[in-house]
Amino acid sequence: MEQTKEQFKFLSQHKLQTRLSGEFGDKIAKIVMQTVAIAILATLILMVILLVQMSSEAINEFGSDFLTNSTWDPISEEFGVLSFLYGTLITSILALLIAAPISVMVAIFITEILPLKLGQVLGLFVEMIAAIPSIVFGLWGLFFLAPLVRESITPFLKSTLGFLPFFQGPSFGIGILTASIILATMILPTITSITREVFKTIPQHQKEAALALGATREEMIKLAVLRPSFSGITGAIVLGFGRALGETMAVAMVIGNSSKITLSLFAPGATMSSVIANEYAEASAGLHLSSLCFVGLLLFAVTLIVNSAARFIVWKFSPLSKSERKEKRS
Amino acid sequence: MSESDNVLEVKNLNAWFGNFHAVKNVSNNYSRKSITAIIGPSGCGKSTYLRCLNRIHEEVPGARLSGEALLLGQNIFAPNVDPVELRRHIGMVFQKPNPFPALSIFDNVVIGLKLQGEKRKDVLMEAAQKCLKKAALWDEVKEKLQKQGTSLSGGQQQRLCIARALAVNPPVLLMDEPTSALDPIASAKIEELMQTLKEEYTVIVVTHNMQQAARVADFTSFLMLGELIEHGPSEVIFTNPKKTKTEDYITGRFG
Ligand SMILES: Nc1ncnc2c1ncn2[C@@H]1O[C@H](COP(=O)(O)OP(=O)(O)O)[C@@H](O)[C@H]1O
Ligand SMILES: [Mg+2]
Repeated sequence: MEQTKEQFKFLSQHKLQTRLSGEFGDKIAKIVMQTVAIAILATLILMVILLVQMSSEAINEFGSDFLTNSTWDPISEEFGVLSFLYGTLITSILALLIAAPISVMVAIFITEILPLKLGQVLGLFVEMIAAIPSIVFGLWGLFFLAPLVRESITPFLKSTLGFLPFFQGPSFGIGILTASIILATMILPTITSITREVFKTIPQHQKEAALALGATREEMIKLAVLRPSFSGITGAIVLGFGRALGETMAVAMVIGNSSKITLSLFAPGATMSSVIANEYAEASAGLHLSSLCFVGLLLFAVTLIVNSAARFIVWKFSPLSKSERKEKRS
Repeated sequence: MSESDNVLEVKNLNAWFGNFHAVKNVSNNYSRKSITAIIGPSGCGKSTYLRCLNRIHEEVPGARLSGEALLLGQNIFAPNVDPVELRRHIGMVFQKPNPFPALSIFDNVVIGLKLQGEKRKDVLMEAAQKCLKKAALWDEVKEKLQKQGTSLSGGQQQRLCIARALAVNPPVLLMDEPTSALDPIASAKIEELMQTLKEEYTVIVVTHNMQQAARVADFTSFLMLGELIEHGPSEVIFTNPKKTKTEDYITGRFG
């Protein structure tokens, strides 16, 4: 009885306080937050509607053929997205193949091998890569990476993997490979920092359990750190993929802008975002502009799907989070 | 008791975290097929002491130790001893049940053997069955060996961890408050299990529960502020301790 009275007193005091000082403020804050939330959602929906409207001419003209046609010819006004879809996917996948293993290794190095302070410093440096403006990456790609690809990387790849069709043909420095390397550099901080977050959720007692069983440091990392993080890392990689898909400026500067589909990674190409960036200014109106908008709409759809998939994977399939969820329930 | 009956002899063990002296000059012997309980107020260095014995202590940044611990006559702190190799001879069960969440029940048990390079399916299966039986878990999990280890209840998980530690067949088993995260029934099962384990293994168990120490342990050590205050047969420690500090602690006057 005493206790409930105490509780009640506390409750009424609390209420009094809010009535005196905060109720009006609370109401305003609530209205503001609701407005902002609705505005964000409305903007997103409006954007999609606008994009659909602007691409309606191309949608009506080409329909689903747009997806399967690889010709992009502004002069005869024949447009198809396939070569850009290919360019987007091939550069993004290649970027992942380069960035994912490096990112995971860097994350392991930072969290498990370096002393705490040093790891934090390296982590900071890696994160600073994410702060470099896209255009600066583009310049770096044009003036440093492109010559490097032409003079060193291409001859090396030709002499080692030259029997594969991907590594044949002439190299001008700018092209799919250069774009992919730039993309890899740009998504490296994303994958690394998410992977680090995933590693941080591994309890110390898991690592000690592995060590206590006679695991070497390397085995401990594989068993107690990497294995339970598998889905988390997958999510990180897919998020990196999402970033790579949408990246525009740097890629537009170094990919060479060719709407031909070629297997050679040394050849120039174009991505969905790079073609929009490069042709937007000259396509003043009509079917060309509408087709570019259609490309944008499709790009939006692809990145939306990929990002949702990433979040879903991270949320759903992590064995650690699963057991933690169970713990919370019980 | 003859010399050769001592599986583990600890001599002048000291342990530090940075400048903090957590274990002070502890010496003790552990005889074959016995259970020794370590009791003492929390923060007195029980876990640290135990973690020195399988050299997990030195994995903590800034931690170090000195002294000797002879496992079957060989000093495990000697510079030529590989801690990875040593840990296959001294198993450990932790306070919080910690099966590997990414592994099945079966894989959790045999992971120690797999780490040693054992690949033969039949050998692994046999070991899993044997150790799960020893850990009194076989009947409960034999139908679902491929399920996740973390799908079991807390008490089952802890017995799974015991089976996992037994799989590499270590002569010495260290247990750090193995029942403190469990309910009374699950705890009772683990206690019962300890009794059967001692038929084969030398068990050193840290516990905050003095009744448990009195029930299961042949010998009891009382630690305070990093020092070993008293060690002896459990019935002596709990009925007729020689030191007043021990008596004060077991009668609940402090700690
Ligand atoms: N990682 C650590 N770093 C610094 N001090 C620690 C660390 N772990 C334990 N200690 C300190 O060492 C002392 C002994 O700890 P511990 O062995 O865990 O005690 P017990 O298991 O008896 O409760 C405590 O005072 C504790 O604060
Ligand atoms: Mg402890």
